[in-house]
Amino acid sequence: MQTESVIPFLAMVVALVGAALIVLTRQNPNVREACSLAASVLQFLLVLTMVPAVLGGQTLHFTVLAFLPQVAIAFRVDALGLLFGITASFLWILTTIYSIGYMRQLREHSQTRYYAFFALVLAATVGVAFSANLITLYIFYELLTFLAYPLITHSGSSEALAAGKKYLSYQLGTSFIFLLPAVIVTYTLSGTFDFQPNGVFPATANATVLVVVYGFFLAGSAKAALMPFHAWLPAAMVAPTPVSALLHAVAVVNAGVFLILRVILDVFGVDLLRQLHLDVATTIVVSVTILLAGLNALRLDSLKGVLAYSTISQLAYMILGVVLLSPTGMIGGVLNLLNHAESKILLFFCVGSIYLATRKTKISELAGIGRQMPWTMAAFSIGALSIVGIPPTAGFITKWFLITGSIEADKFAIVFVLAISTLLSAAYYFRILRTAFFGSPLQGDDEAPHLAETSALPQRQVRDSPLIIGPILVCAGLSVILGIFPSFFIDLVQLALP
Amino acid sequence: MILTEVAAAQQIGFPILSVLIFFPLAWAVLLNLIEDDRVARRMALVGGALELLLAIVMVLNFIPGVSDIQFVERAEWIPAAGVGYHLGVDGLSVLFIPLSAFLTLMVMLTSWSNIHFRSKPYLSALFVLQAATVGIFASLDLFLFFVFWELILVPSYLLIRLWGIGNQRGYAALKYVMYMLAGSTLLLVGIVLLGINHQNATGSLSFDLVSLLTVPVAPELQTVIFFLLAFGFAVKAPLFPFHTWVPTALMEGPVGMSVMLVGLKLGLYGLLRFVMPLLPEAASQWAWLMVGLGVIAVVYGALIALVQPNLRRLLAFASIGHAGLAVLGLFALNVQGIQGAVMLMLNLGLATTGLLFMAGFLHARTGSSELTALGGVGRHVPLMATFFFIIGLAFIGVPGTSGFPGEFLILLGAFDANWTVAAVAVLGVILNAALFLRYFERAFLGPVTRDAVRKLQDLRPREAIVAVTLGFLVLAIGIFPNPILSITQGSVQALAERLEQGSMPAVVQHAD
Repeated sequence: MQTESVIPFLAMVVALVGAALIVLTRQNPNVREACSLAASVLQFLLVLTMVPAVLGGQTLHFTVLAFLPQVAIAFRVDALGLLFGITASFLWILTTIYSIGYMRQLREHSQTRYYAFFALVLAATVGVAFSANLITLYIFYELLTFLAYPLITHSGSSEALAAGKKYLSYQLGTSFIFLLPAVIVTYTLSGTFDFQPNGVFPATANATVLVVVYGFFLAGSAKAALMPFHAWLPAAMVAPTPVSALLHAVAVVNAGVFLILRVILDVFGVDLLRQLHLDVATTIVVSVTILLAGLNALRLDSLKGVLAYSTISQLAYMILGVVLLSPTGMIGGVLNLLNHAESKILLFFCVGSIYLATRKTKISELAGIGRQMPWTMAAFSIGALSIVGIPPTAGFITKWFLITGSIEADKFAIVFVLAISTLLSAAYYFRILRTAFFGSPLQGDDEAPHLAETSALPQRQVRDSPLIIGPILVCAGLSVILGIFPSFFIDLVQLALP
Repeated sequence: MILTEVAAAQQIGFPILSVLIFFPLAWAVLLNLIEDDRVARRMALVGGALELLLAIVMVLNFIPGVSDIQFVERAEWIPAAGVGYHLGVDGLSVLFIPLSAFLTLMVMLTSWSNIHFRSKPYLSALFVLQAATVGIFASLDLFLFFVFWELILVPSYLLIRLWGIGNQRGYAALKYVMYMLAGSTLLLVGIVLLGINHQNATGSLSFDLVSLLTVPVAPELQTVIFFLLAFGFAVKAPLFPFHTWVPTALMEGPVGMSVMLVGLKLGLYGLLRFVMPLLPEAASQWAWLMVGLGVIAVVYGALIALVQPNLRRLLAFASIGHAGLAVLGLFALNVQGIQGAVMLMLNLGLATTGLLFMAGFLHARTGSSELTALGGVGRHVPLMATFFFIIGLAFIGVPGTSGFPGEFLILLGAFDANWTVAAVAVLGVILNAALFLRYFERAFLGPVTRDAVRKLQDLRPREAIVAVTLGFLVLAIGIFPNPILSITQGSVQALAERLEQGSMPAVVQHAD
């Protein structure tokens, strides 16, 4: 059932207005940041108002601008878009609060630019989430690429500029070479840009062409960081930590996965995918990504680098779940968009908090941090347990659904992939936690003197600003709550699936 | 098989199992709000005692002699995954809940002797562990069960890693967690296969034990699931050859943790609760394998234990042998064997743990539980020696102690099934007696060879409470085993019938 509604458009506009107000009030940081916060809260509330309608089985439509009869900038809110919209706009609130604490404490330069582009990125993200057709999705997807660039290169250092260059060349390269042609060929084959739940292609379409188009879509969504188009993500860790949160949890990588999910569900459709055996091909690609990313994370010493590879493997979980094409597996895949974002943003917030307090960025330097920052590291542990998939956390729900889905689809090899990936992630997160809690601050050595003695060492407990620890604790709480009460979002996800 | 459920609301008026699970969690949080360490320790005792009291109230309200599932609570949880919040106990599980509460309380009492720093997190971890174990014994939904099963990992890791008494505690903690993770991965896959079998038969996923019992499992699939679940549980049981984490954990970990590891036979419980009723054909088909492993464990455990100079290592290997004996009982697949296994699990919860507590007291005094540091101890610590001996009698299954009914019934059951196996089991029982008496003689009797022994202090009041209570319990249960047998009997009989009839769909009834 379709309903006309201006709310999806407003959700984007509120971020644009927010960006404008941030620039206008740049003289007064307090007002500027209040504007940023107000915009994020307002956007979240607007997104929430659409929940009852979508849960009631409706889709909300709004046409902004129609160039040609078949080509329009238009919004359409369904369950899948709403899930992404809720995730992004809610995490924007937390990231804004966190940013205020983080950027002020570091006395970062160009904060107005930072907040303004942050708001613009969120406008584009909502555009991606609520786009009604491929052309709208493509436009906002590209806008997102450009708008995130000033954030990634925020520091202006040569390292940051190099990372920015890498980011842009991966994104633009793949989207011009692969994504744009795929979009155009889709239109010529089907005569429409609109998303349709069972796919848009006519039965007469040439199978080889369809396979190529699908491959181009997959390769064109470099934001999803599927191998071999993943290297921009670890490089982007030079950005300030709240920007890492934006990349890994709020908007950017999720937009890539979202694009792939849309293509699978509403451009190709599940039946066509199965018919062309594209599910198997995709499964192989994502399985390789999952395992290689896990192995890579094991050897890194950089904290953000490990988290980046962990993200790559988790993004592949989402796509894996959907291409299992079994009801339970698909729920697990889509649900991981939210569950992963929730837990990964927590981990990045903690890493930022460690950096603020100690300027440490390497795992080998973390010895003793568990005693200096007990709250932060306790929260980090919860995030890590969730990513590994230990109950009662959100990540466990994902893992359970994925394993059930793999067995349901009779793909036992996937169970092995998931088991190995679980062990790998347990190993690299355990390495961080062991150093943080049990490494000796003196030697960085694990088998230190007994705690009774080491705890007698002078230990400075670091007090975080409430703007930093507040979002961390909220995310830690949510990682557990989503693990114990996942049903609301599962219901939402089920509406998004055939 | 007919399953009758009695709701908690009718039976006792409030969801007692939920309270038993969540009260310790709440208390763990509460403890951390208390500033003063001494107050916190006392509050922990109060919490532990309240939990035990509630568990006893539950047992007193339990209807004995029937196979009904009692104190049942059901609620929707994750309908999309076929997961429900389903709690309940029957004769197979009900007694393990007070046992868990009792052991936790005893461990807390002894923390004065052996935990000298960071007592609040120690006690909190114990409460979390307790909540998880009660959850394991009360869960009837396999998803819920698995959540509690995994919930054990974090507190266990911390307890071994932070308060361990050996130099290799970091290694021991990691080894324990790795073994458990490997085992639980097998469990996870097995559980999911059961759920999907239910989906293929009825159209909807379910992980509810009671629903799963109504759906037969095809023989080939039974074998697959049997191997996944049986070996998943065998790691925790610990069944030979998956046992090597036990000596490491007992040597390096704190005594309190060892007590919980050895005292609560979670792996054996898993076999009893889920594997045998859900996969009856596979259980009989592969009984020879399980019995074979059990026989090896009985002989191997006892022989290694016989030559151990260290009490904790001795108890580790002895308990590996005991787990083997319990598996012999379970896979005799008859009423006596199963009844005996349940009794043995309960007895070991009191006797092996009792000896472990004593090992802890010795360790706290001499810094060791090696024979070389002891010898003639009995003369200087007569109270400890007396209770060590009394509890030891239960450990070796002397008639008149709680150890006797279990061993006797297992031997009966085993003779019924296969007399050669029973003969090996008898050998195990004899070796078990020999190893205990040998250690007792060398440590507590004989001439004093070391000066340090002369200055040993006998049991302090809190330690005496632990020793006396355990001593009393092993004798009381030994002399009056009937109340306990009558509680377990109904469910044991139902399980034995199910094993005999095979996986005919069970009928679920809701009693009014």
